[in-house]
Amino acid sequence: MDSFANRRHIIRFIIILIGLIFTIKLFILQVVDSSYKLTASSNVLRYVTQFPARGLIYDRNGELLVYNEATYDLMVVPNQLMPFDTTEFCQILNLKKEYVQEAIKRARKFSIYNSSVFLKQVSSRTYANLQEKLYKYPGFYVQARTLRKYPSDIGAHLLGYVGEVNEKIIEKDDYYKSGDYIGISGIEQSYEEYIRGKKGVNVYLVDVHNRIKGTYANGRLDKQAVVGSNIISTIDADLQAYGEKLMKNKIGSIVAIEPSSGEILAIVSTPSYNPELLVGRKRTENYVDLMSDSLKPLFNRALMAQYPPGSTFKVINALIGLQEKVLFPYTKYDCEGAYYAGRLRVGCHFHKTPLNLIESIQMSCNTYYCNVFRSILDNRKYPSIRESFDLWREYVMSFGFGTYLNSDFSNELKGLVPTKQTYDKIYGERGWRSLTLISMAIGQGELGTTPLQMANMTAAIANRGFYYIPHSVKEIEGDHVLDNRFFEKQYTKIDSNYFELAIEGMDLAVNGEAGTGSTARTAQISNITVCGKTGTAENPHGEDHSIFIAFAPKEKPEIAIAVYIENGGFGGTWAAPTAKLMIEEYLNDSISVPWWEEYILNAEINYNNAEKD
Amino acid sequence: MQRRINIWSSIDWLTVTIYLVLVFLGWINIYAAVYNEDHQSILDFSQRYGKQLIWISAALVIAFIVFVIDINFYSYFAYIFYGILIVVLIGVLIFGKEIHGARSWYELGNIRIQPAEFAKIATALALARYLTSYNLQINTVKSYVRIAAIILIPSVLILMQNDTGSALVYFAFIFVLYREGISESIILLGLFVIILFILALVIDTLIIILLSIGVVFIIFWFLNRKIKHTGIAFIVLLFASSAIYGLNEVLNAGLSYYYILLISLGISGLVYIILAISYKIKNVALLLIFLIGSIAFTYSVDYVFNNFLEQHQQKRINVVLGLESDPYGVEYNVNQSKIAIGSGGLTGKGFLRGTQTKFDFVPEQSTDFIFCTIGEEWGFLGTLFVVLLFIFFLYRLIGLAERQRSSFSRIYGYGVVSVFLFHIVINIGMTIGLVPVIGIPLPFFSYGGSSLWAFTILLFIFLRLDASRLELLQ
Repeated sequence: MDSFANRRHIIRFIIILIGLIFTIKLFILQVVDSSYKLTASSNVLRYVTQFPARGLIYDRNGELLVYNEATYDLMVVPNQLMPFDTTEFCQILNLKKEYVQEAIKRARKFSIYNSSVFLKQVSSRTYANLQEKLYKYPGFYVQARTLRKYPSDIGAHLLGYVGEVNEKIIEKDDYYKSGDYIGISGIEQSYEEYIRGKKGVNVYLVDVHNRIKGTYANGRLDKQAVVGSNIISTIDADLQAYGEKLMKNKIGSIVAIEPSSGEILAIVSTPSYNPELLVGRKRTENYVDLMSDSLKPLFNRALMAQYPPGSTFKVINALIGLQEKVLFPYTKYDCEGAYYAGRLRVGCHFHKTPLNLIESIQMSCNTYYCNVFRSILDNRKYPSIRESFDLWREYVMSFGFGTYLNSDFSNELKGLVPTKQTYDKIYGERGWRSLTLISMAIGQGELGTTPLQMANMTAAIANRGFYYIPHSVKEIEGDHVLDNRFFEKQYTKIDSNYFELAIEGMDLAVNGEAGTGSTARTAQISNITVCGKTGTAENPHGEDHSIFIAFAPKEKPEIAIAVYIENGGFGGTWAAPTAKLMIEEYLNDSISVPWWEEYILNAEINYNNAEKD
Repeated sequence: MQRRINIWSSIDWLTVTIYLVLVFLGWINIYAAVYNEDHQSILDFSQRYGKQLIWISAALVIAFIVFVIDINFYSYFAYIFYGILIVVLIGVLIFGKEIHGARSWYELGNIRIQPAEFAKIATALALARYLTSYNLQINTVKSYVRIAAIILIPSVLILMQNDTGSALVYFAFIFVLYREGISESIILLGLFVIILFILALVIDTLIIILLSIGVVFIIFWFLNRKIKHTGIAFIVLLFASSAIYGLNEVLNAGLSYYYILLISLGISGLVYIILAISYKIKNVALLLIFLIGSIAFTYSVDYVFNNFLEQHQQKRINVVLGLESDPYGVEYNVNQSKIAIGSGGLTGKGFLRGTQTKFDFVPEQSTDFIFCTIGEEWGFLGTLFVVLLFIFFLYRLIGLAERQRSSFSRIYGYGVVSVFLFHIVINIGMTIGLVPVIGIPLPFFSYGGSSLWAFTILLFIFLRLDASRLELLQ
């Protein structure tokens, strides 16, 4: 019945044959062949990560802003350690014994098989000494790293700094391992992906004496590191340096933008710090010092400080009035030194009366804009202030206020443009009228704008109605392109023909005849038509902040600028001459009236008692 | 006729002992593979060795339950089990959880179950049941179709889950069929197809055609035992090809050798058929079909390879055949695996002292590449012991299968042997670079509850049948 019983022998034979083949193969692999024979005590594969140098950062004219310097990390693999002469070891590295014990313990805790950093950033000199004697210390090896270096101390906030990755980042992004560096702020952070390059790995055979015996498998498992892409910034290094020089001993910021492209030419925030402080072994120590400094040098005011825009905002209200057809070039309002409405009084300064639109900008009349603002909000075209206010808010936001500009800075603030709900909460739905909001007519009250937003608004005025999203990087070397959003025109909701009137006013504010009441004559440059507007941001804590926005030349603007000087008082006093000097430096490369430069450089504005407010 | 026997005394304790030894060795190697100094407690259930201990305990309970069930249960319900498993396999395609690109798991709370592991048992039972059907003629087309269906339906379903390794296991049932008397020519044909597939990828098509012609001549001689016929056939082909070759030279037609051979083969084919009809020689048509089939197959291999296999599968095959070097991917794994095993030397580095199998050097150290840990820490002596133990285990199972009086028990026994054999050969073979990397577990060693339970059930059903072998007569 079971006529195939003999076939069991074949099957048994196959099984025995397989057993035989496996045994022979295993014997060859484990006993005969020495190429796989890396016994635990003699040969070990070492995976040495190749850290690419970070990309360099240049200014718009090819001047170097950031480069790299070689340094060495001493690594340890705990399970490869042998007892060693700690005294000599400590001498070479200039360390305390306790540190060695602590560091080894820490490494052990991280992993006993994988390497971790024993000592960071050993100098080239120490490295040279150590290199000769490294064979005495199995388990230790050296890994080349690079550190950031700065040819000059400018642009700390803009460039940002580099630091070690934290646990959160390691968990989120596979690329980073403990001890890796990552850009933490500024361009270093925003363009990290390009600047960092790509890590590689070399696999080496290492003998008992901790000496590299060569590459493993002829380097077939090696991966070449890819150097980070260089970045060409939009910054003009000379202008940036000049801005930082002018702002010495003052608190505030300057943002200069090229209106035709949205490229940031200079972005200054003072007090600042030397970028070298946040590099190397002293980084943590210095960081703590900077953090506890009462003047907050780490705080980037250009992006993160919110001030009311002050009188500069009158330009915006004028434009909205024109667009809404509640204001016309010939509209005149009387001003008797203040705006009165019932018991409310908004003070103004002395000037001739009545004023037309252009004159109102030239002389910065408060009364005029209280009238304009009320005519916008109390426009009969709309059923109630709730609608007209929404509309006004949309106009304002179209200049980039109250919203993230979406620049390439990750830490910009969106500022503040109040909503209906803000007032509903305070006054109830029917409890507020145009008079309630009247301080916004002259740019005070609930408005909050950053210097970057103000410079952007200036660029939009200079362009007669549109702006490009401000950005700090012009080009990424290699096959990378900038995000498309930086090349798209962002239109304001104001028709371009209305801008000419406002610009006429801004021209006269700077270049009006002496005695005509022009507010910004301190910004005059002999051969360039600067258009500007002063502002003063009310400061409940102390002296008001001095503000000035300007662009030049009038017909073909090349630079739009916003200057904030905290506690500087009236905009014409400090901010306007500072802006003037910046514009002149940028357009003429020289200063025609050195007196003004000295005037600003010597000024020390509320710098040493800033905290007392 | 039935006799009542105490199953506990007739259980094959030797096999049970081998089972326990294998499971124990597996567990300590999982412990070694995931061991690090921060988790030293054996009973740390957050670690894989802790969890495996739970799976093992459960496996022993399952083994006991399997053992106390009445033997008839398994043959009576064989088809029903099979049917249920097919439904479950279809279900996993719809409701399953995708892990590492394979939709093979059911997730019930914290527990994941891989039905493919259990489908092997059902298939072995169903196959045994079918092959013991009353009056079955195994070597008929009808039987072939049904057998193929029983084996291939689960295989294809598992393939659709993207779990190629587990799908290939079903081809191991060829051993069962072989033992139960399937025609040798079917086996040889299958073998020929596999060899042809590999050759088609490695060597030039022209050489394969020449080889196939040679094989066909040998078979022809083997079938007819007439040297004269074979000689004439050979001369015809030689004549035809030299004629075509000459013509090609004279006419300067520029035909490649390849076309010359095909054309002369076509002409000779016609001559053969004429001769065969006039002299009443058998098998000629069949052999010609076979030859044409294998040539066509050779051509289609490239197509199938490029269009039906996924890139990583192509790569794995290419790497083993030495056609492609992929140092970062597949080859990297095999390389690391070989280094780990090779670095063990004769006696190994000692328990928990392996360096290569720890952490990231060898991938999947506790599952598919568990054999590396054995190789590294226990050396050649360790791997030899494990290999010999497995061989002895298989040998013993064949012994048990052969002593069955019931065909059902014997056939099921061979099913068990086939599944274990395939897993062992592929898994160990892959870690030492003898076969492509196919992700299937090493029985009793690899980490994972589903596979351990499935192997346990597979084995203990057979031990249950064996314990009652004297009760069953057929």
